[in-house]
Amino acid sequence: MTDTPVNEMSFEQAMAELEKVVGQLEAGDVPLEASIELYERGSALKKRCEAQLKAAEEKVAAITLDGDGQATGTKPVEGL
Amino acid sequence: MASGTGHTMDLLDDESSAGASNAPEFSVSELSGAIKRTLEGAFGRVRVRGEVGRVMKAKSGHMYYDIKDDRNVIACTTWKGQVSGLGVLPEEGLEVIVTGKLSSFSAQSRYNINVDTIEVAGAGALMAMLEKRKAQLAADGLFAPERKQALPFLPEVIGVVTSPSGAVIRDILHRLRDRFPRKVLIWPVAVQGANCAPEVTAAIAGFNQFTPGGALPRPDLLIVARGGGSIEDLWGFNEESVVRAAAASDIPLISAVGHETDTTLIDFASDKRAPTPTAAAEMAVPVRLDLMAWVDGQEARLSRALAQGIGQRQQHLRDLSRALPRPETLLNTAAQRLDLWADRLPNALRAGIQSRQVRLAQAGLRANMLRNLLTTGQERLTTLDRRRPAALTRQVNTARRHLTATTGRLRLSLLQQDVARKSEAYGQLSRRFTDLARAQLQGRRNRLDTLDRLRETLGYQATLARGYAVVRAGDQVITTKAAAAKAGSLEIEFQDGRLTPQMEAKAAKSRKKPDTPPPDQGTLF
Repeated sequence: MTDTPVNEMSFEQAMAELEKVVGQLEAGDVPLEASIELYERGSALKKRCEAQLKAAEEKVAAITLDGDGQATGTKPVEGL
Repeated sequence: MASGTGHTMDLLDDESSAGASNAPEFSVSELSGAIKRTLEGAFGRVRVRGEVGRVMKAKSGHMYYDIKDDRNVIACTTWKGQVSGLGVLPEEGLEVIVTGKLSSFSAQSRYNINVDTIEVAGAGALMAMLEKRKAQLAADGLFAPERKQALPFLPEVIGVVTSPSGAVIRDILHRLRDRFPRKVLIWPVAVQGANCAPEVTAAIAGFNQFTPGGALPRPDLLIVARGGGSIEDLWGFNEESVVRAAAASDIPLISAVGHETDTTLIDFASDKRAPTPTAAAEMAVPVRLDLMAWVDGQEARLSRALAQGIGQRQQHLRDLSRALPRPETLLNTAAQRLDLWADRLPNALRAGIQSRQVRLAQAGLRANMLRNLLTTGQERLTTLDRRRPAALTRQVNTARRHLTATTGRLRLSLLQQDVARKSEAYGQLSRRFTDLARAQLQGRRNRLDTLDRLRETLGYQATLARGYAVVRAGDQVITTKAAAAKAGSLEIEFQDGRLTPQMEAKAAKSRKKPDTPPPDQGTLF
């Protein structure tokens, strides 16, 4: 198990961890207490994944450039 | 040159025939100026096709190069300010079409073309150049597989380097929206023409300069995209600066330039090549709905696995409790076994001891025992050794004490008694010896007398008394007449003495035999 708290995990980390937890639980060779802990961890990971999936939103912006071609900021892009 | 010389000769001939006095006289600068005007006026802008020869870029930024065919050469210049607008930079060996104004450089009596545009002459020439450049960059290691970075599974921010208008960015955004809406930063660039390469290079480098958490969000992934076009249109993406920028990018980069059949050099340097901009979007993000389904699936598996685990345990528990025997049954067997073993215990103990005794006897002295004995012995020896001088002193003392005690017990009277006792014994022995000797002497004397009497009886002297005589001559006994006749004097022994008849008779000397024992015998007593 990684030490990163579930709430700070990237989607990919949470996903890999969830897969591992499910695998362990399905293997069925963990003690009962541990399996309950695993289940709870799995639920937390699943929530983390779900939240990140639901939070996905599109935001498109274009870089604005100065005369030398250096980035100065962004401006929203609409209608694409 | 031969024709040129010929022409000069003709000119001289004409001049000589026309007369020198009528000819106008130019200064060098006047003529040079006139030639320049004539050249510029007569030709104006020209397009010339040829192969690029030697290229020299001066420190000033101006470029000097040649265009040649198999016989002739024309010098070309491009001023610093014109270089960015050239389109294609001159490269030795490249077949190009240059466009510019014919002019002269009077200081050296040279003419040249001031080139402001260069096009590559034909696809074949371009491909040859592309191959050459590709080999060069590959040799620099820019295309090495170990340089490739993995794309992030789910980037938060995607930077897209492309034209802000047109189908490409629209395709990318649409596909992203379908799959997984993300934050997208567009860096607008020219995707063809002379500005393409420098702008794309600056865009890639610019995105990499964004710091994480800075004012402008740093993308997790870059897409460099352009729609399809001719090889010339895509040429900017073959420029070395673009390829190097893509290779140097710390942010993983997907290249999607042209159609699937078009391959530009940036494709070799990018971490992933997409055949189309849409495909680039597909590589960039996973499908959200798939992931949601996957998460739901994982949740279901999680619940099922837990329930199964609990169910199995319940079943197992039930099975076990059913299989649990009554306590008495368990105890009976155990009690029986206890009895059995309790019975066998004393014998086993005895047997055990015996077998150990046997083993002990067989084993004899073990090394350990010997070592222990040796150690003990050494210890004792050491102790004794330490005690040795003391013991010796003690022994001497004991002996001395013993001696003192013995000396104390010595008495003179005891010695005197002993002497008296012993001298008495000596006296007795002495007396017994004298008596015995005297008796023996007497016995011997008697025997001697007897023997002497016997001797006298048996001797010739007794016969003398009966009238016999012994005749001698000197010491010889004369027994015959012949012997007597030869003898000078004769001596006759009678019973009572000897007589020499023929000479004056002398009184016979009687020789008496001693009849007493030898006088030395007496000294014995």
